[in-house]
Amino acid sequence: MKYAGRIVTPLTDKAVLSLRSGDKVLISGIIFTGRDAAHRRIADSIGGNRPLPFDLNGQVIYYVGPSPTPPGKTCGSAGPTTSGRMDPFTPLLLDLGLKGMIGKGTRSSEVIDSMVRNKAVYLGAVGGAAALISKSITRMETVAWPELGPEAVFRMRVEDFPVVVLIDAYGKNLYETGPRQYLRDPAGRPGEE
Amino acid sequence: MKVPREIDLSLVTEAVKGLLIKANISIGQDIYNALVHARDRVEESPVGKYVLDQIIRNHDIARSDQMPICQDTGMAVVFTDIGQEVVFRGGNLVQAINSGVEEAYREGFFRRSVVADPLFDRKNTGTNTPAVIHTRIVPGDRMTLLVTPKGFGSENMSALKMFTPAEGPEKVRDFIKETVAAAGPNPCPPTIVGVGIGGTVEAAAIMAKRATLYPIGRRNTDSRYAALEIESLAAVNDLGIGPGGLGGRVTCLDVHIDFAPGHIAGTPVVVNICCHASRHAEVTI
Repeated sequence: MKYAGRIVTPLTDKAVLSLRSGDKVLISGIIFTGRDAAHRRIADSIGGNRPLPFDLNGQVIYYVGPSPTPPGKTCGSAGPTTSGRMDPFTPLLLDLGLKGMIGKGTRSSEVIDSMVRNKAVYLGAVGGAAALISKSITRMETVAWPELGPEAVFRMRVEDFPVVVLIDAYGKNLYETGPRQYLRDPAGRPGEE
Repeated sequence: MKVPREIDLSLVTEAVKGLLIKANISIGQDIYNALVHARDRVEESPVGKYVLDQIIRNHDIARSDQMPICQDTGMAVVFTDIGQEVVFRGGNLVQAINSGVEEAYREGFFRRSVVADPLFDRKNTGTNTPAVIHTRIVPGDRMTLLVTPKGFGSENMSALKMFTPAEGPEKVRDFIKETVAAAGPNPCPPTIVGVGIGGTVEAAAIMAKRATLYPIGRRNTDSRYAALEIESLAAVNDLGIGPGGLGGRVTCLDVHIDFAPGHIAGTPVVVNICCHASRHAEVTI
């Protein structure tokens, strides 16, 4: 499988719209981390009109809670967590300019609708490939809520972080189209192509 | 009368620590080989091969750099079979096991993912303790420790169903398939599926968890259950979910079934899913 190209953060509409579900791409630039607890706090900050730890405009959030950084390393193992748990908060963030998400697993129809409306992309990192992914992270610093430990918001600089476009800004979803090609009915015949 | 064998609990702490460090960093050879076989011989989907290749390279990096395979280093599940002629010295068994967990997660730079209260404050215990400990008293004067750091991407996709006596093996196979289908990409396929059939609810759940730890290719010694394992594996792989859930032939590396005597009125079936990083290690002391 060849890489379709490289993308650099922050993401422009043009860059987002050039990506297609199933493309394998390498991301470089700054990304922010956030998972369950951070999403709850970001949503509370928005609701309470308090400033956010970073401007969401054009940014990419990586759903990850890294393992602790060992001495001499930039960060610990850092693979994606299941994105669906962030679904209740995601449309709110997309409306404020979030352009990309990196995670694993299915998203709700509300998220996909909001992605299409806001021109955003959902990228997949390989779940469990956490040591490999950590090699793409060249810098990491805490941005907000250090008391959340692995759930804090970190700013990461990444270089050639390998991802697959799972759901593009047109709503095409690799989790639907991919498995459909390999589905077999119980008699063992190929499923619909 | 036979003299009991003394085991100093510091040995238990050291063993649990060593096993958890090993399990979190170094995948078992059976899983590694199954992943390579899947990539090179079975998977047809290009993206599926790519995902398998990343998983295999990740294992190589984790082992050479002594990094955790996955950032979710799990809850520590400890199965311990204790010979009835064993007497422990030097403290308390549960504390000794938890000390081993705490030391492993601190010294291994593993993520602590345990919250003290699951529903209200959800405050992290900071030590990855307590472990979930399953103890059996067995004949003899030895002690076996089998540990598995269990990640929750896959644990969250597990399921329980109570079957009536009228429902046969096809219904169980369908339940396994439905559970894997509903899980889709979330449990990090290709998975290892453990199934516990019979007994009571909690007995079936413990059987299912143990079954996720059997070596790839191990078959139940009862040929009927072995056949159900093979049929269920084929049924699951017909779903096309594939590595990473991106489409492909290899959704599951193996289905392991354990069973126990049950009640005349019903049969609990628990399907416990483990991600491709089925991390576990065992020692007898």
